[in-house]
Amino acid sequence: MRDSTLKKVWIYFLLIVTSVMVFFPVLYAFMISFMSGPEILQGKFFPESFKFDNYLKVFDRLPLVKYLLNSFIVSLTVMVGQLAVCSLAAYAFVFIPFKGRDFVFFIFISTMMIPWEATMIPNFFTIQKLDWLNTYQGMSLPFFALAFGTFLLRQHFKTIPKELQEASQIAGLSRFAFFWKVILPVSKTSLVTLGAYGFLTTWNMYLWPLLITTNSSVRTVQIGLKQLQSQEMSTDWGVVMAGVIVVIIPTLLLLFIGQKQLQKGLSQGALK
Amino acid sequence: MKRVELIDVSKSYDKQVDVISNIDVTIEPGEFFVLVGPSGCGKSTMLRMIAGLEEITGGVLEIGGKRANHLSPDKRDLSMVFQNYALYPHLTVGQNITFGLDVKKVKKTVQMERAKEVAEMLGLTDYLKRKPRELSGGQRQRVALARAIVSEAPICLMDEPLSNLDAKLRAHMRTEIRRIQRKLGITMIYVTHDQVEAMTMGDRIMILHDGKIQQVGKPIDIYNYPANPFVASFIGAPPMNISPARMEPSKSGIFIEDTIHVSMNEAQSIASSARSLLAGIRPEHIKPVITGAEEGNKIQVDVTNVEILGNETVFSFQVGQREWMAKWSGQWDMAIGDKVPILLGSEYFCVFDEETGELIRKPEGLEHLSIAKEVSI
Repeated sequence: MRDSTLKKVWIYFLLIVTSVMVFFPVLYAFMISFMSGPEILQGKFFPESFKFDNYLKVFDRLPLVKYLLNSFIVSLTVMVGQLAVCSLAAYAFVFIPFKGRDFVFFIFISTMMIPWEATMIPNFFTIQKLDWLNTYQGMSLPFFALAFGTFLLRQHFKTIPKELQEASQIAGLSRFAFFWKVILPVSKTSLVTLGAYGFLTTWNMYLWPLLITTNSSVRTVQIGLKQLQSQEMSTDWGVVMAGVIVVIIPTLLLLFIGQKQLQKGLSQGALK
Repeated sequence: MKRVELIDVSKSYDKQVDVISNIDVTIEPGEFFVLVGPSGCGKSTMLRMIAGLEEITGGVLEIGGKRANHLSPDKRDLSMVFQNYALYPHLTVGQNITFGLDVKKVKKTVQMERAKEVAEMLGLTDYLKRKPRELSGGQRQRVALARAIVSEAPICLMDEPLSNLDAKLRAHMRTEIRRIQRKLGITMIYVTHDQVEAMTMGDRIMILHDGKIQQVGKPIDIYNYPANPFVASFIGAPPMNISPARMEPSKSGIFIEDTIHVSMNEAQSIASSARSLLAGIRPEHIKPVITGAEEGNKIQVDVTNVEILGNETVFSFQVGQREWMAKWSGQWDMAIGDKVPILLGSEYFCVFDEETGELIRKPEGLEHLSIAKEVSI
């Protein structure tokens, strides 16, 4: 009995230490966002008082609402686009037999080896030629086809018994109806995972939006944060951190909501 | 109710070796037809070819008098029950049952009515709102059955639907499926590897082995007059005792494994056709020698194994290279190593040509009992 409590204490101690380590930067940023310039320089951890001056300044200096909206639009578009493209591709790889399917899939997967940065220049020229600079489609379209997402969904689709497809064939379901009515609802878990992944990576993307935007019309928050930092000679860290906190909030929210959905999906996935 | 006809149907995956060949059979409307064979014999493939899930490489498949080789599965007017049930895990039992109707654009009110009716027939009314994962194996099986019935298709295909159930439930579902099939009069094509299911359920059964038809016929005829040694050993439990035999020079009987002599009066006809033979006798036809018993081929055997099952006693003994089994009704007190006198009635023997496997002597004197003749009221 005593052994197990001791073990518990130890485990909880470890958990607390590691979570503090992981969460410390965010926590510190949160604290800094309430501090004034001199306070930060003094190296304090807790601010003297929780004033929202920095937050007001952020919204004053930057069109932050506009940036947030842009980020939302782009992230949502990429998320939906990825889900659509990846699930359809994975469906073909699992349920539609065609010659050379495994080979095509192999090529598909091998594109995961190519870093995104390597394809950035050609992508940029394509978008430029299409005259899509400073547009939402220019920001989102290059990310629709995702080898990782296709792989993830394919693995899940493969666990779906073939008999389900045969049963719906006998019932007279078309290929797309089977995809829509059976495959998608059954693989909700993986779709949520991929959706959250797609949204977060796009939300946090910095390089591509920086390349493709030249004015604030479609710029995303990540660039906004960078702008805060370099606008003045000496960076007002309090304001920057206030911006960071504002930017983090939606992602955290999504994570919490997504986690709930994810757990639901996990327990629902139990087939037999 | 439709007829299903297979004319010289064959299937090959690599265009060289036929996994199924020369299938010629007509399944009558309203018939309960059972395809039975050991695993890997091609029975499921055949069923899937009828369903349209596998391509037919050769021959003609006719459903309801029309050529159906290239019809898509949903145009063949059939329903199918899968071994693992293939229920949609994200839908409730009710939705699972009406799923096919939904696809066929049947009106919602009609859907509900039909689903309710079928659910009642199968005792699923209380579970309509549940998800498949909240059901037991037997209940899932019934949902799969309900889904097939509700479509009102004239032909129903079943692919080993009972193999995931425990023995007791299986026996129950056997009668249940048979009852429903009779009530609705649908043409049923049922695949199983279990010869008990085949015997008890089928109007006719077809025995497949290595992709070839071994025998088609009524269960009892197949049991009594197996067309070849494979059928003889596949149907019946324990299986028929089969051993190599040869004709006696004087032609008044046969020698089994060179040890047992069985005198046969009409051996003449056998002698003319074949050289090496296989002789077979069913375990229940090996009888005890009762005091003052009739004439026959009596021999003494050493018991090598005994199973007393309460209502019957099964024991084995060695005949040459092979172990034979005998089944006596009642409880017999015997132990391993006992010497037991047995009676091998020559009339009960099946004799096969060893090379062709052909049945060249049918057993006789099988007890066909009928209520009218035997029972005094």
